[in-house]
Amino acid sequence: MTLLLERPTSAPLSETLTTQEKKTGGLVIFAWSGDLDRVWPTLILANTAAAAGKPVTVFFTFWGLFPLVRNERGITGQGWMQKMLAMMNRGGTAHLKLSKMNFFGMGPAMMKTLAKHYKVASPQELLETAIDMGVKLIPCQMTMDLMGLKKDDLIDGLQEPAGAATALEATEGATTLFI
Amino acid sequence: MTLTLARTLDCKGLSCPMPIVKTAQALRQLAPGDLIEVLATDPGSVKDFAAWSKMTGNELVETSQEGVVFRFLLKKKG
Repeated sequence: MTLLLERPTSAPLSETLTTQEKKTGGLVIFAWSGDLDRVWPTLILANTAAAAGKPVTVFFTFWGLFPLVRNERGITGQGWMQKMLAMMNRGGTAHLKLSKMNFFGMGPAMMKTLAKHYKVASPQELLETAIDMGVKLIPCQMTMDLMGLKKDDLIDGLQEPAGAATALEATEGATTLFI
Repeated sequence: MTLTLARTLDCKGLSCPMPIVKTAQALRQLAPGDLIEVLATDPGSVKDFAAWSKMTGNELVETSQEGVVFRFLLKKKG
């Protein structure tokens, strides 16, 4: 029998995070809002906590679920009510609105231009980085049903859709934020 | 024993939280004890790297500034 002794050049992320970083209390964020000015700090905090070696979970519920919709996805949902909701509130990081000074999309457009100029990572980039950093992004199953969102309406790299109990279980010993 | 720099990471121009996040990503490729140099222009990164070092246990060996560029020398936790 031959034993192959090979040292992996880079260990899988979950393993690296527990051994390489000091394990500290986790962070759980309930992402309730789909507003750009709330989604942005949510993702910045999630990424920073993950970079500090904390286990991070973000539970996306109600309006908060819509930033997880694929940008190229048109109108989602079944039936006129869900479709109309999706029309008034189109999902995806490319279609986020500001909670104030939205001015029919002029506010977000200016914000995005400024962000590019000052090299602030976009919500889309932060979302992708969060997945790479091992942040657990959980879509709320109940909201998906209510809004008529299917799993393939949402971006890749998410955890299995789940309910409040799953999210609450992760809060044990963790810092919890509702944004 | 001489310590050699394993990597230089250019985060110049990037805003919070990317210098920290990119450093954490870069650390995955390094061995414990390796030194990494991070260059950044975000003035907030001075406090942020100190805080991050405290949280993670990766040592902030040195902080210096040259013009608008901050240089952080970090040692991956052994």
